[in-house]
Amino acid sequence: MADERSVGAEGAPFEMDVERGKIREFARATLSDNPAYMAGEHPPCPPTFLTTTFFWEERAPGSNPWHLVKLDPQRGMHAEQEYVFHGPPPRAGTRLSCRSRIERVFHKEGRRGGKLTFAVMVTEFRDAATGTLVAEARMTGVETEKPPEAT
Amino acid sequence: MSARWDELNEGATAPAKTVGPLTRTDFVRYQGASGDMNPVHHDEPFARGAGYEAPLGVGMFHAGVMATWATDWLGPENVRAFKVRWKEPVWPGDVLTITGRVTRRAERDGQRAVDVEIACTKQTGGVAAQATATFVVP
Repeated sequence: MADERSVGAEGAPFEMDVERGKIREFARATLSDNPAYMAGEHPPCPPTFLTTTFFWEERAPGSNPWHLVKLDPQRGMHAEQEYVFHGPPPRAGTRLSCRSRIERVFHKEGRRGGKLTFAVMVTEFRDAATGTLVAEARMTGVETEKPPEAT
Repeated sequence: MSARWDELNEGATAPAKTVGPLTRTDFVRYQGASGDMNPVHHDEPFARGAGYEAPLGVGMFHAGVMATWATDWLGPENVRAFKVRWKEPVWPGDVLTITGRVTRRAERDGQRAVDVEIACTKQTGGVAAQATATFVVP
């Protein structure tokens, strides 16, 4: 059961460098051969690239408040993911200043009965040089009554 | 070259992209790139222990395939929003087809933009994920 007291909890700020080689690796891993991701010194990042915060958060203790929600890992799943860009997506060579917070915990009745619990964490990405808000990531996790059935 | 404004009426589409049959290697390559090393996506005994018959597909992997399909169509620089919701699990051996269409086109404050919806459909006909995205059209 999610801990509603986690709403509003904020992680410690952390930095993330948008790197050319990482963009190339990520584009390849998402089966893209778009030359825009491969060419030049400063390619733009793909729309879901900011998920690579994994590599930066783990070097910044206390940066990820998600554990405070306490969704049951046996029944927890990634339900929805959103990215919003306030201009072109950040390019290689950009240093981002990032911060995550728990935005919302809410409940819904599942289609097959039983209560579903959702939690939303938002991460803000600012250009570290200017402070301008560049992007936001919104992750929604859900706790189901049982693991998804194999199809 | 991304699509032009006069081509992007409501209902406009781009050629579908089909990927697969997906392999464990596809999942592992994505996990290494993303940094999400959850073993349920590559460790067979772990996945079975969690009640699955095989490693569970990585939702963010096919989300990424959907997102770059859309940037191929509308331009990597032009994306302003992308939101994905997962519907059905994906497994090794699945073949995924990415399709999408323009649902809305608008010009506001001199800025042209389109909303698109994107579907990721399995060979069974089941929908693995649905996404919406917004792109500006220079």
